Formats: sequence, C-alpha cells, structure tokens
Amino acid sequence: MREVFNAAARRVPAWSVYLAGVLPCIWIVYGLNTGGAGPDPVRALETQLGLWALKFLIASLAITPLRWAGINLLKFRRAIGLVAFFYISLHLTTWVALDLGFRWGQIGADLYKRPYIIVGMIGFLTTLPLAITSNNAAIRRLGAVMWRRLHKLAYVAAMAGTIHYVMIGKVWKAESLIYLAIVILLLAARAFRALRQAQQPA
Amino acid sequence: MPFESPLRWSDVTPKAAFLNRRAVIAGAGALAFAPRIAVALGSVSKYSTDAEPTSREDITSYNNYYEFGFDKSEPAALSGGLKTSPWSIVIDGLVDKPGTYDIADVIKDQPLEERIYRFRCVEAWAMVVPWQGFELAGLLAKIGVQPSARFVAFETLVRPEEMPGQKSDFIEWPYREGLRLDEAMNPLTILATGLYGEPMPNQNGAPIRLVVPWKYGFKSIKSIVRISLTAEQPKTTWNMLQPGEYGFYANVNPEVDHPRWSQASERPIGGGLFAGRVDSVKFNGYGEQVASLYASQDLAQDF
Repeated sequence: MREVFNAAARRVPAWSVYLAGVLPCIWIVYGLNTGGAGPDPVRALETQLGLWALKFLIASLAITPLRWAGINLLKFRRAIGLVAFFYISLHLTTWVALDLGFRWGQIGADLYKRPYIIVGMIGFLTTLPLAITSNNAAIRRLGAVMWRRLHKLAYVAAMAGTIHYVMIGKVWKAESLIYLAIVILLLAARAFRALRQAQQPA
Repeated sequence: MPFESPLRWSDVTPKAAFLNRRAVIAGAGALAFAPRIAVALGSVSKYSTDAEPTSREDITSYNNYYEFGFDKSEPAALSGGLKTSPWSIVIDGLVDKPGTYDIADVIKDQPLEERIYRFRCVEAWAMVVPWQGFELAGLLAKIGVQPSARFVAFETLVRPEEMPGQKSDFIEWPYREGLRLDEAMNPLTILATGLYGEPMPNQNGAPIRLVVPWKYGFKSIKSIVRISLTAEQPKTTWNMLQPGEYGFYANVNPEVDHPRWSQASERPIGGGLFAGRVDSVKFNGYGEQVASLYASQDLAQDF
C-alpha cells in the first residue's frame, strides 16, 4: 500500500505543488470579485490568506513524521514551504496595504505594542531566511548540517503563526485552537522521537 | 459589484407621507389585527448624521450576535426561527410601576423617529445605520424612576431552542448590558424597533434593542426582555468575560486602545477592498452631546 503510494508520488513532479498552491489564491480572488467574501472583504481576504499559510506550514511539518511512517513526500517539501511563504507574504501585504492602508504610524505602534502582531511578525521574519535558502545553491553554500539547523526555524514559524491566530480572536475559537494543537502535536512527535533515540544504547 | 445609487438616503424624503397614506389605506381595523410592531417614520431627526447609510444587505448580514453563533454570517443564517411575537419586557427594580409589559404597551405613546447613527464596533469596523426607535428617556419617564436609581440594567432573551448559540455556555446567559442613568436619559439613547423603515430583522435584535451610538456596539444590547433600574452598577457580559479588555463604559475612544488592537482608526463596512480606514472619533463623533457626562472622569481608567 505504502509502496504503491510512494511510487505514485514519485511520478508527480514537484512543480505541481506550485500549481496546486496558487489554486486557493485564485479561489479567494474569485470570491472577492463575486461578492462571496461578504460585507468585509478585507478581513475575509486577510483571514483566508493567513489560514492557507498555516495549512501549508503544517503540511511542510508533516513531511518528516510521514516519512517515519514509510510515506515519502520529501521532494515536495521545498515547494510546500515556498507556497506557505507566498501566502504569509500576501497576508502581511494585505494587512499593511488594505487593512491598515499604509498608516505607518499605526503599523509601527502595532508592531511595538500588540503582542499578536509582534508574534505574527516574528513568524514572518523566521520564514524569510527559510525562503531565501530554499534552493540547492544555498544548501551547498551552507552545508547540509548548517542548512538543516537553520531550517528548524520552521518550527518557530509554525508556532508563531498559530499562536498569532489564537490571539486574534475576541473569544477562544475552536478552529484556531485546532491549528495550534496540530502544530504542537507535530513538534512533540519530533521531540519524543529524539528523546527515544537518545535513550537507545548505541 | 454592489449597485451604487447616486441618490443619498436623505434624498428619500417623503417617507412619512408615504407611510401615512399607507396607514390610511390599510385602515385602523386592519392595523388592529396586525400583531406587527408599527414602524412609523418620523421627520428627519436633528440627531441623525447625514453620512450615507451602509447598505441594508451589509447591515443585515454582518452581525455580532453570539446567541446565534460566533461568525458574523451566522445571525442572518440562524435567527429565522426566533419568535418575536408575543413579546414582553419585565421592567423592575427601582421604578414606580414595575411589571411585565407587552411590547405594544412599551411602545405606546412613544414618538417613533428615524435616527441615522454611526455605529462603531469594538473590533474597529463601522457602519452607518438608519434605525427607527424612540428615546429610552421617554419610557423611563412613563415607568417612573425612583430617586435612588443610578443605573439601568438590560437583559437579552434566553431561549436556546431558538437561539442555537446559547447551547454553548462560553457566555453566561443571558447577555447583559447596562448604562448609568444619565447615559440612559441622554436623548441619543434609543430603543430601536426598526431598520431601514422595516421591522427590526431578527439578526439585528428584533423586536426591540438598545442603540447607544457613542459607545462600542456591544453596549447596544439586542432582543431585550428585561430592564431593571438599580442602585449599583450592573454586571455586563463582556466585562464579565474579560474585564481587562472591555470596560463598563466602553465609549468609543481612539485615545484608549483595546489591549490587543488599536482603536485609532476603523474600517467602514461596505466600501469594498480598497476602502481603507478612517480615523475614529472620540465618542464616535457625538462628543457635543455626551462629553459633558464624563467631565469628571479619567476615560483611560473608566474605559
């Protein structure tokens, strides 16, 4: 079963992730143009872009645990991560341009005073070096060990992103808590495995 | 794209005449059998803004009414089963004539007026709403407020079988709100029974709701079933939930931020993707009428 799945995955080119990745974006823009986004399209756009960023971040973090289970999707991880970065950037741009309308004073104050904005910005900043080094040349330059260490920032990005989402709510929203729980689970699985491997006699 | 009319709402003047004509045609007999609450439209109030009202579509589909769910689209989708007739309101506490009043008796003799008010949500979005209603002060005068009363407390209906959001106990139902007596007596404070010249839609707080235009929207409690005059400051729902974020006064105030977001500006609803923001105004622009109520208060403290 796993073999069949892996064989099928091998035949799918990695670039198809980019194609699939822009589909939600097209869907969102379509919704905006047909009034499907409702009376507050800016908030809808912001929310949708942020949620898709989180979905792709989570997908990228799921690749490794899936490999432990014998499912190999590693070749898609770079594309998934870059698509996540694409949505994070659009989300941030929407906030700056459409939501806050380039009110730099208020944006500056938010970045300084609002914990959820600060956490969100930390998330964005951690994804910057990840996006920049998501290419073969960067891996060669950094060396595999260093590169792998740097890309552990993805854990910070996913935690920051989901905490940012939880903090925005006027109330504790079940949906935001589910996102956070999934990220915690994916990170805890890694910690658990590392711990167990450390305990095993060499 | 939404239909945009070059006409302003204020251009639609002869509403009163129109309604009077209809009333004559319908005749007193027909009206007597109609259990609906009449929504007469008076002349243009001096308290109305001349800002263009938000579309009826947006006002009735973008609601915070947690009795019907947390999403803003849920009240419109899920409030259809709410029965607003018969409807009575318990008026009690420090009043001369306590009792359970049928809504028709509450409204009787109160001059209905159209009030086009700015509406500012604590979440930093805003609308302009053409309400129909009457001044709360008129009702309080009829009921008789005793000298020891200092606050007015309000409660929303609790009926989980018709209000699906009430099956969640995240809020301690009923939804509660309150005003200081001088705020309640201010002529801007109305009990609204209509919207855009029609009976109040369920998702907007049918059949009768409070509107306090210089305060954040959550103060304007919906579907009221109880009004109590008290000596002590009443408990209010959002303040009970998160006292550090939502105060009893909740006056619109760009100088005092919500702990988690700025109140300096607001997003007008209905402007589309590129409408941007406008600066928020202290007391939502009603400072001339209400600033004096708070002359001796530090509003950063009494937020």
